[in-house]
Amino acid sequence: MTKKPWISLGGIGVFAVLLLAVAPLVLSDHWLNNLGKYCCWAIAAVGIGLAWGRGGMLVMGQGVFFALGAYSMAMHLTLESAGDRVPGFMVLYDPLAPLPAFWEPFRGAGFTLLAIVLLPVVVAGILGYALFKRRVKGAYFAILTQALAVALATLISSTIRETGGDTGLSDFKYFFGFVLNDPANKIMVFLIAAGLLVVCLLVVWQLYRSRFGELLVATRDAEERVRFLGYDPANVKLVAFVVSALMASIGGAMFVPIVGIITPAEIGAAASILMIAGVAFGGRASLFGPALGAMAVGWGQSSLGSTWPDGWTYILGLLFIVVILFLPNGLSSLPARFAAARRRPEQKAAPSAATPELEEVRS
Amino acid sequence: MTDASLVVTDLRVEFSGFVAVGGVSFDAHPGEVRFLIGPNGAGKTTCIDAITGLTKGTGSARLGEKELLGRQVHKIVRLGVGRTFQTASVFDELTVLQNLDIAAGRHRPAISLLRARRGVDPAIERALEETGLAGELTTPAGILSHGQKQWLEIAMLLVQDAKVLLLDEPVAGMSQDERTATGELLQRIAAKRIVLVVEHDMDFMRRYATRVTVLHQGRVLSQGTVAEVQADPRVQEVYLGTADAMTEG
Amino acid sequence: MHVDALIAPLLNGSAQGALLLLAALGLSLTFGQMGVINMAHGEFLMLGAFAAYLVQQVITASDLSIPVALPVAFVVAGLFGLLLEVTIIQWMYRRPLDTLLVTVGVSLILQQAALQIFPSQGVPVEKPGWLDGQLTVLGYDWPLRQLFTILLATVCVAALSAWLKHTSFGRRIRATVHNRDLAETSGISTRTVDRLTFFTGSGLAGVAGVAASLIGGTNSQMGAQYIIPAFLVVAAGGIGQLKGTIIAAWAVGVALSYFAYWTTGSLAQVLAFILVIVFLQLRPQGLFTVRTRSLA
Repeated sequence: MTKKPWISLGGIGVFAVLLLAVAPLVLSDHWLNNLGKYCCWAIAAVGIGLAWGRGGMLVMGQGVFFALGAYSMAMHLTLESAGDRVPGFMVLYDPLAPLPAFWEPFRGAGFTLLAIVLLPVVVAGILGYALFKRRVKGAYFAILTQALAVALATLISSTIRETGGDTGLSDFKYFFGFVLNDPANKIMVFLIAAGLLVVCLLVVWQLYRSRFGELLVATRDAEERVRFLGYDPANVKLVAFVVSALMASIGGAMFVPIVGIITPAEIGAAASILMIAGVAFGGRASLFGPALGAMAVGWGQSSLGSTWPDGWTYILGLLFIVVILFLPNGLSSLPARFAAARRRPEQKAAPSAATPELEEVRS
Repeated sequence: MTDASLVVTDLRVEFSGFVAVGGVSFDAHPGEVRFLIGPNGAGKTTCIDAITGLTKGTGSARLGEKELLGRQVHKIVRLGVGRTFQTASVFDELTVLQNLDIAAGRHRPAISLLRARRGVDPAIERALEETGLAGELTTPAGILSHGQKQWLEIAMLLVQDAKVLLLDEPVAGMSQDERTATGELLQRIAAKRIVLVVEHDMDFMRRYATRVTVLHQGRVLSQGTVAEVQADPRVQEVYLGTADAMTEG
Repeated sequence: MHVDALIAPLLNGSAQGALLLLAALGLSLTFGQMGVINMAHGEFLMLGAFAAYLVQQVITASDLSIPVALPVAFVVAGLFGLLLEVTIIQWMYRRPLDTLLVTVGVSLILQQAALQIFPSQGVPVEKPGWLDGQLTVLGYDWPLRQLFTILLATVCVAALSAWLKHTSFGRRIRATVHNRDLAETSGISTRTVDRLTFFTGSGLAGVAGVAASLIGGTNSQMGAQYIIPAFLVVAAGGIGQLKGTIIAAWAVGVALSYFAYWTTGSLAQVLAFILVIVFLQLRPQGLFTVRTRSLA
């Protein structure tokens, strides 16, 4: 629980200054672009922290919502770059191929932005309603969400004419009228992504200190008990799940203009698990842990992952094992642990605020 | 008077062929501490489970005009039926105040959930006074003593403004002093509410019960005041060994 | 429509279902016992397939090597499972959802190790000569190796249920699945039972791996493609329900096969997923947690 919400708010302020003012001044174009990419993963991670860390729902398929935002944006940018013509990859196989009907509305900027917000809300709303009302939870929920990510990635891979398949969508020239190649515009895109990350942090900051945040933790720890207080836990979880889906979608949408390409590999099972890795590493239930953890893992993925891919996979695997086994609340729980260890000699049964209490109700 | 009573009629609960509760009828009214006793497996907790929607039962359980059976758990709670559990179930990671605040929350509009708490609800302050937890406002519920956890559960029922309090073995594992405090608490809160206690502890029952219903093998064996029930030969037969315990304590 | 347009997906799907069943059997055993998905189960299947390949390097006659490979794969995968239980999982029984993530890490490491030890494009596992033929069913030439998968699954199910039913260890496993606390207080060493369950469940994945190596490719990615469908089978079948698992595996296999026949392989996966979600809406039994008095 955030004991001192105003200190956390100050922390967000410092983070915002570093990201929005300092980073653009000191980082090279290349690294600023990379940082923008990490911000996109961090946005999704903040949502995972909300759903998993505070809500106890292990969302292993956030790639789905990441994809909804990313492909909405990518379709719009592709159409914007193609102008009146049908996008290049579609006419590769059939010169006379018409534009698929579901692409057409994405010509509109307003529709695209609306889709980025509404699609994840609707999909997560329906899926969450169906699962939570039927009290699907724990491993079932985790695997079903992962199955959805696998299914969507497979579907995209196999519809090469409609979605670009495994090659994905790329070569975007414009971003809502701005030339993407222009360094100034690149900084603008970075600032939008970083700004959205700060906004997401502010949203969860308010949620965590609100009564809803307390209710969400209560639902995580004792779902049945919450029911006996007159609440429907399904609704509580649904809200957290939908907000987390929305954040993943926003992260995905900004990923596209920053990275310049979106493929099924960025949204499938492995990508979804990578998003979890960052959250677990940073500290699932803390305010900053998910975002910072995701940025760290993102950095590992894009630097080590390309220079030393074999080693990176081992590191990632070990990260899961070591962090979950020994440090279930991630790096952010380290200070509290040290403090508890120092107190222990004098006071034996010191109540540790860092005890992992994420056990799923089994009995 | 009668419209605020809990009236259970011919309640039956079956678990794949096994009849756990086979046609139980009783009623409970505000102003009395009603005890539900019986040997293990008599169906006491199952009765409460059925009334609160945790298990499916047939027959009828009415609170005033409203039928409870067949409704979802949280909807039954919203009608004013609250319960506790044999094992204290509080939110260990949250403080006493946060626990109570969540319990009080069902009367608030949903949108207010998005705001942080400011100050302490007067209803919560009253419940804290009532249950003697006023000094533990910011203590995480997980480190409360066993007795305090039970009181916190009762306090949660008070702030959620339950009209019916179904308490499942509230004094199990409590010290003698804690039992006395709990018993007196129950008598105080029963003035305006329906209090139904499932209990094994005969001594506790004798000291604080207004009326008693004895269950045996899923049926009502005897009903009445403590004295009437104790004098019932059928009850003595069932409690052969424990009958002494009932009279001698 | 041709008659084999109807019969072919049914027979192929049945074989696919049998393979799914083999993969799901061990999963349902370990999941039933601990309530946690071992995400490395797919990689244990992969180990079984690689074990078959290694056996063939020693016993070059493929007629003989596959029968030898089956018990070898069982033991190899089983020992890896035992190792996983002893080193990691036993410390996490109170955190089932976290165990799922830890085993994700294990699965990543095993996949990467396989990728580096064996050629990245995979290795060939020779089919024995006696599996080369076809059986003609209503005009459809049914490959014998599909029939072999079904037979293997039948034998495994029969052996497993006999073992669970008639041996004292089997009874202890069932007791632990039903009520861990009660089993413990009745003097059953749940530690031993857990280890044995894990050995057996993982071993079954190894056997599934041998069957998979005869049907598809043997490579580092092969396990990953089985874990999700196998779990869906367990979920649809109901925990600890051998009968349910069998029916669900067959139904999912046949459904996938027909969907793939009518549409495409990938659309079939999406449809199968929707089917399971809808199914869980209609019959969530087995998903409900057993109610206790404590609500804990």
